[in-house]
Amino acid sequence: MISANLSAIFYLVSGVLFILALRGLSSPETSRQGNLFGILGMIIAIAVTFLSTGNFSTGFIFVLIFILVGGSIGAFIAFRIPMTAMPELVAGFHSLVGLAAVFVAISAFLNPEAFNLGTQGNIKLGSLIEMSIGAAVGAITFSGSVIAFLKLQGIMSGSPITFKGQHPLNAIILISIVVLIYLLCSTQSSNLFWILLAVSFLIGFLLIIPIGGADMPVVISMLNSYSGWAAAGIGFTLENTALIITGALVGSSGAILSYIMCKGMNRSFFNVILGGFGATEGSTSASNKEQRPVKSGNADDAAFLMKNASSVIIVPGYGMAVAQAQHALREMVDTLKKNDIKVSYAIHPVAGRMPGHMNVLLAEANVPYDEVFELEEINNDFANADVAFVIGANDVTNPVAKTDPQSPIYGMPVLDVEKCKSVLFVKRSLSPGYAGIDNDLFYKENTLMLFADAKKMTEDITKNL
Amino acid sequence: MEIDPLIFRLSIFILSIFVGYYVVWSVTPSLHTPLMSVTNAISSVIIVGAIIAGLSGNSDNVFNTSSIFGFLAIALAAINIFGGFLVTQRMLAMYKKKKKDKK
Repeated sequence: MISANLSAIFYLVSGVLFILALRGLSSPETSRQGNLFGILGMIIAIAVTFLSTGNFSTGFIFVLIFILVGGSIGAFIAFRIPMTAMPELVAGFHSLVGLAAVFVAISAFLNPEAFNLGTQGNIKLGSLIEMSIGAAVGAITFSGSVIAFLKLQGIMSGSPITFKGQHPLNAIILISIVVLIYLLCSTQSSNLFWILLAVSFLIGFLLIIPIGGADMPVVISMLNSYSGWAAAGIGFTLENTALIITGALVGSSGAILSYIMCKGMNRSFFNVILGGFGATEGSTSASNKEQRPVKSGNADDAAFLMKNASSVIIVPGYGMAVAQAQHALREMVDTLKKNDIKVSYAIHPVAGRMPGHMNVLLAEANVPYDEVFELEEINNDFANADVAFVIGANDVTNPVAKTDPQSPIYGMPVLDVEKCKSVLFVKRSLSPGYAGIDNDLFYKENTLMLFADAKKMTEDITKNL
Repeated sequence: MEIDPLIFRLSIFILSIFVGYYVVWSVTPSLHTPLMSVTNAISSVIIVGAIIAGLSGNSDNVFNTSSIFGFLAIALAAINIFGGFLVTQRMLAMYKKKKKDKK
């Protein structure tokens, strides 16, 4: 058994290692080392906990068994999961962090002696406040992430679910959570604790159902943030620095990602959270849709255009992930490169269903990361490029965002695809994108629509090159 | 007068938020997905609390209501720790630079 001071120092060390793990992600070269720091930090934290409890009896064996069981499940999932399913995986993992926080809080509430928090029915006030906040945030993270997971997995419809009185209802529930925590702390009643948990599960569910599929990047980042705050809440209860540091890191990380995603859509955070985007817009724009001529072509035309180009910019979007077209795309690019055509990739911040989704898919297909550029880095290059190849993206290329103040996406940063000499747009049909608005790009003089499945079209083009 | 230890923890918390703020802004956007999976893994350091909870039973009776919740939390956190770090490693291994030897 080691002293409380010594173990606190070790917890601090593991907190610092976690900071280094995130620091490593500032470039791909240092990132792998960063991840090892993270693993080391985790090993230290777990080992110190064992040493500080000094309990190596039967309970210890069971702890190891549960770690092994959970660990094998986790490892199995990590090796089997396809990269296109990363958003679902991350949402699922968030829900587990949330639930684990809830369980730890329950356990501490039932047996405060084990945590040095006082006795049952007479828990230290500060600890009880921290515990109930941690439990409530954990519960919200859990049920919210489950809904996000179901929406991403397609088990639940990705369209927003709205009903009358939704916002007042949510407001009432949120206020009642605050009141419940207050009452719980003044009465120490275990019934109130369970009610608090139930209400928190409910609000997590209600908060996420009105948010539509393409707003998922914001939702996932937000839940990421919540899982951090929940961990921090529990960290305060357990007086554990590693947990407090980590909770703060994860909490601010998720918050920053949400901010970046909101900015990528030019929408305020509250606008996303209140939800319902896309549901109402879709119905209005469908009615006033006029028939405009589009040029459509086949793989042969596309191959011809690209063969005669000297530079091509590829704009991938969620549709590429759905069609699993990233490998076919890389093969097409390889063929282009053999013909001395310069190829780069342009990625919009909200392309895909989570931050950085497209980058991972391209990396999986062996696309070197220094050929992949962010919006600000590459947007000026479109004017000098010969061909833009839009595969599975839509709203993020819509010039309406720059020209029509009436449009719901007006002001959103978009890729200046229309400035290219010619645009190839792979899409299944002319249907509007997520925002429910027509893409002006379809009707431009220099746009050639390729109506087909993204993967099949890409393969056909490669054959024709 | 002595300062409540809570104030120290609060200081650590606030300063860590600032550290997190600056560190995360320096993360390259192309690694945002690994960032999410690794934050997932490290937030599962909550397993520390779960272990204490799991060990709270006495030697005659390892399982009581409190320790059972602890054991469940251990399993959940372990899924996250192993899953999170391994999937991050798997992703990061895919990020490669352009090969210098272009034929």
